[in-house]
Amino acid sequence: MKRLLAAALALIAILSSCEREERRFREMPAAAARNNTKRLVSLVPGPYTPDVRVREPYGYNAYAIAEGKRLFTWYNCTGCHANGGGGMGPPLMDSRWIYGSDPENIYATIVEGRPNGMPSFRGKVPEYQVWQLVAYVRSLSGNVPRDAATGRNDHMQVRTQEQSLPDLVPEKEPARQP
Amino acid sequence: MTLAMLSGRGIQSALEPAGEHAERIASLWDVFLGVSAVVYVLVIAFLFLALFRRRREDSADRSRSAFLAVSISTVLTTLVLFGLLVSSIVTGRRLAQMPAHALSVTVTGRQWWWQVDYESADPSKRVTSANELTIPAGVPVRVQLQSSDVVHSFWVPNLHGKQDLIPGHENAILLEASRPGVYRGQCAEFCGYQHAKMALWVNVLDPKDYERWIAAERATSRIPATPEQRKGQEIFMSSPCPLCHNIQGTDASGRTGPDLTHIASRRSIAAATLPNNRGNLAGWILDPQHVKPGSFMPPMVLEQGELEPLLTYLESLR
Repeated sequence: MKRLLAAALALIAILSSCEREERRFREMPAAAARNNTKRLVSLVPGPYTPDVRVREPYGYNAYAIAEGKRLFTWYNCTGCHANGGGGMGPPLMDSRWIYGSDPENIYATIVEGRPNGMPSFRGKVPEYQVWQLVAYVRSLSGNVPRDAATGRNDHMQVRTQEQSLPDLVPEKEPARQP
Repeated sequence: MTLAMLSGRGIQSALEPAGEHAERIASLWDVFLGVSAVVYVLVIAFLFLALFRRRREDSADRSRSAFLAVSISTVLTTLVLFGLLVSSIVTGRRLAQMPAHALSVTVTGRQWWWQVDYESADPSKRVTSANELTIPAGVPVRVQLQSSDVVHSFWVPNLHGKQDLIPGHENAILLEASRPGVYRGQCAEFCGYQHAKMALWVNVLDPKDYERWIAAERATSRIPATPEQRKGQEIFMSSPCPLCHNIQGTDASGRTGPDLTHIASRRSIAAATLPNNRGNLAGWILDPQHVKPGSFMPPMVLEQGELEPLLTYLESLR
């Protein structure tokens, strides 16, 4: 019985780390052909139907986030956003989001473009790569699980790197009493 | 030589040198093979001698002869090894020499293909190509070796030894092919998933042919001549292709994938993985992960009737 329990626990431990480590060479069709993005208004004709929540396919996938990081440079996102610090385009590593921080919002921003400079990448970047970029952009401001985010950044970032030694993590400031 | 016969008529063989450097390496190999063969025969001969000779009574005379035998063989072994060391060092020094060169080419290793830039003092005569190195015969060519990601290694056995491509550091190698021909090179340092499918062709041309070739290569891409080619170009430009690929003379100016300005004139696609023909090109565009799983080329989703014009356009880029 004990042995069975141990085996079950080991299996759970192994399976739970699957999503983080999964590498897909052939992208799943869902990520490759998902074109419904977030509704921009809450008004809908006919009876109310809830907004279709698009499940972000790569929020907890270390490989996809790292791929997003590579594509961020390859597709020249750095040209305007620098490495998240912003330049001609807004910074992506802070907590201020002009068009929303949900994965669907960021997806829409990349695919549709936004006024005053953000180009539309519709038809130019395969959809699964857009989702990889979404995951990476969210990781810049610490919106993905810490253990899936890319480490070893050469550039400035808002969070402690995952491979940092515990001793080197700065102590949090004590909360001020009002 | 049996080994040379086993390796076949080598387009990728260090035993069939096609250049001065490779010849030096091959003759060093011959020296090592010859010496090792003699040593091997001697060792086996003495082993059999020891096996079949009758054991004699112990005597002072015997222990002295044993001492003599061991001393002589130790001295001989040391001398032979030292001789091999010296010949190896001499060859290495000769190979490392960088005499004056007539041409300069930069080869950049990328996961998993080779970018080849033909340098020129005149920037307008600089040519970028991929996965194929074309050089004139009898002319020393300096090849600068760089890497954009991980450590690769450049190895064209018929022309020279291996030289590593290291990120952030430039290495160089001097190639001098003695006769025209086609040789195959390969990445010789494990560099990720598709290391095994990272090869390149080396075309050694007659100097006159080389001049003709480089002149054609300097030209911008051919302007589409037929309606189908024009349609193919439109499809190319409106799809994800130009974000990574460059076609000189068009708006496509991506630099992360191989340059396609003269793709149709190349022998292979996907870094010498497949012969360059219409069927392979179609398979590669639609499902590159089938050919090279892990490669950075994403599969293209094309509408019905888009593939054929796209292929026709790419095949016109001679």
